[in-house]
Amino acid sequence: MTETSPTGQTVPAAPVAASGEGIGSGTPQAPRPTLLRDIMSGSWLVSVLSIAVGLLAGAVLIAAADPDVQATLSYFFSRPADFFVAIWQTVSEAYLALFRGAVFDWQAQSVQRAIRPLTESLVASTPLILAGLGIALGFRSGLFNIGGQGQVILGAIFAGFFGYFLTLPAGVHMIIAVLAGIVGGAIWGGIAGYLKARTGANEVIVTIMLNSIAGYLIAYLLKQAWFRQTDSGNPQSRNVDDAASLFPLLPDPFRLNAGFLLAVLATIFVWWLLERSTLGFEFRAVGENPHAARTAGISVGRVTLIVMMIAGALAGLAGAAQVLGTEQRLTMGIGGSLGFDAITVALLGRSRPVGTFLAGLLFGAFKAGGYTMQAQTGTPIDIILVVQSVIVLLIAAPPLVRAIFRLPAPVGKGAR
Amino acid sequence: MRRASRDSWKESRQVKRKNLASATALVAASVLALSACGEAPEESGSGGGEAEGADYKACIVSDAGGWEDKSFNESAARGLEQAVEDLGIEEARAESQSDSDFAPNVDSMVAQGCNITMGVGFLLESALHEAAEANPDLHFGIVDSTFSDADGNVAELENGKPIIFNTAEASFLAGYLAAGMTETGTVATFGGIQIPSVTIFMDGFVDGVEQYNEDNDEDVTALGWNKDDQEGSFSGDFDNQSQGQALTEQFISQDADIIMPVAGPVGLGAASAAQEAEGTKIIWVDSDGYESTDYGDIVLTSVMKQIANAVEDTIAEDVNGNFSAEPYVGTLENEGVGLAPYHDFEGDVPAELDERIQELREQIISGELTVESPSTP
Repeated sequence: MTETSPTGQTVPAAPVAASGEGIGSGTPQAPRPTLLRDIMSGSWLVSVLSIAVGLLAGAVLIAAADPDVQATLSYFFSRPADFFVAIWQTVSEAYLALFRGAVFDWQAQSVQRAIRPLTESLVASTPLILAGLGIALGFRSGLFNIGGQGQVILGAIFAGFFGYFLTLPAGVHMIIAVLAGIVGGAIWGGIAGYLKARTGANEVIVTIMLNSIAGYLIAYLLKQAWFRQTDSGNPQSRNVDDAASLFPLLPDPFRLNAGFLLAVLATIFVWWLLERSTLGFEFRAVGENPHAARTAGISVGRVTLIVMMIAGALAGLAGAAQVLGTEQRLTMGIGGSLGFDAITVALLGRSRPVGTFLAGLLFGAFKAGGYTMQAQTGTPIDIILVVQSVIVLLIAAPPLVRAIFRLPAPVGKGAR
Repeated sequence: MRRASRDSWKESRQVKRKNLASATALVAASVLALSACGEAPEESGSGGGEAEGADYKACIVSDAGGWEDKSFNESAARGLEQAVEDLGIEEARAESQSDSDFAPNVDSMVAQGCNITMGVGFLLESALHEAAEANPDLHFGIVDSTFSDADGNVAELENGKPIIFNTAEASFLAGYLAAGMTETGTVATFGGIQIPSVTIFMDGFVDGVEQYNEDNDEDVTALGWNKDDQEGSFSGDFDNQSQGQALTEQFISQDADIIMPVAGPVGLGAASAAQEAEGTKIIWVDSDGYESTDYGDIVLTSVMKQIANAVEDTIAEDVNGNFSAEPYVGTLENEGVGLAPYHDFEGDVPAELDERIQELREQIISGELTVESPSTP
């Protein structure tokens, strides 16, 4: 009855295997690896080097897109120094702006402005971490959940509507709106899980289709005056009640809010769930080998349904954090490309809760820094996307990074 | 023996590789040499050309459409370009990719001290509104929207200028022209997303057709929009050209021979469908489609919205210290909206039809005739 389709198993195998290497390199069964060798074959070094290569690739593009560099190239032979100076200036300016926008702005006019970038990075990383955790949970359980986008949108719809439609005392209202977002996401994830568990429908296909349905659902709802609760004809909802907003963690000009606390709590919860609970053990067992898990008495269908519901709930929480925290109103683009960015975050985090948290912080910092980089140096914002993509590409293929830097293969698990 | 042959094979391969490498290097070098032989400029030529507006910075933030959307983002950016060229001011631009980018993009403009920050599209309203309230000494502008309060009612800001267009006036004339030019007795329009700045085009178009029917006792049908119910055909976004193509094919199969897509780049899909069907014409919107698209030979006319001029004027006023928060409303009278020339169809439009359109234009300007739309700004 709970037949899993062959594609459903092979697709998720890649990220799971990639993440498995992290443990392999550290196990002591190998014949006394030297410290140096241990460091050089470690998975974290691969991550760091991937980020370095990504930034390097970005640097080449930044230089190539810059008109000054192009101008100096035209007289390269009469004064080559100009060319290299122009490259250095362009690239260093762009990356310094990226850093100033993401961490600390030493050129700012006030202290507030100087420390704001770091808080903006945390704001940008909040939904990425939450949705990324949902995707990571799916990866670990052998499910390739592409439906983060739809689940984020449903979470935002539920949280937003409960946030502005109801009138409740502060605190209670916020909790109810957040819970509504969790339920919305869980329903959307649960549909895919149920279809997979009951009928064996491929979760990749089902979740992609559910993304489209969610996108048109929010477009339809925002056309309806009863849903929008505003008189203007623009497809955007009324602002969320103050009582339902996630409370700010810092005073007014800063946008950092309790959504980030939710991300921290969710990371701890997912870690506990996967590493410490019986249910999480079942998840991982099904992820490693569903046939063996079934033989061991685990109901694969039940696990599939629960995993998809929790994954959906986490993505729904990301949507709730967006609408109740930073955006304060529903628009058609409330989901942005969060659901897909979350996949890259989970990949970079190797599907580990803490790894996903750190990857979310990194991508959040890229996002926040990208605004400053684009606005102050005129660097195309697409460069950020290229850098992120190169990083994930390399993370997904550790042997490639080792080949580039001639690193030794990890000991213990055999070279691949 | 065998080993020797293998070695020699290896050698030959190495030689080949070497040859290939040197050939590549040669090509690369000659390309470089050809492109890089220019004269180096004089060292001291860096600080020239700074005009009086040099310490003024005008900034602009797009919505998710980006600067090359062949629609309002592109027009607004062109307005900024012209201002930079004419006034010698500095500029900064930020392209938004999703709705969560609006507030940070506007904020990064404020952080770098932009004297005026313009946003394109109603979605930027709340980000600009908040920034304007937090920074009373800086100026802001929004294209295609008014500022509004939390309930969606129009609000006025002292340092925020809305730039809006009464496009119904111009699309009314386009509707009249379409009704006069149709051979099948059926014309059509569709929108990108059902928002006021789109439906106002469709309201005017439908009313123009209605006016023609009244004047000439004809029965031209306008498909795609019902003004009374405010319901009609929409492609669903401003990106998906194939959706525009599919909608247009449906209209053509219902006998429509003049179609007005109000959907930015989606209109290109409509144009390609219209080109397939013999005798079908389109009416472009926002810019003059005869020049801005590759479908000039089927563009009957265009309902133009002079966003670029309005943006440039707003910046110029601010540079000269004459900023006013009073809304700019583009009308036929101030030529903020208008009908483009007929170009290739110049000879096909009957003189009396053209005269009547000019007459209607005068009547609208004088206020004798008002074009009404629920979306009128």
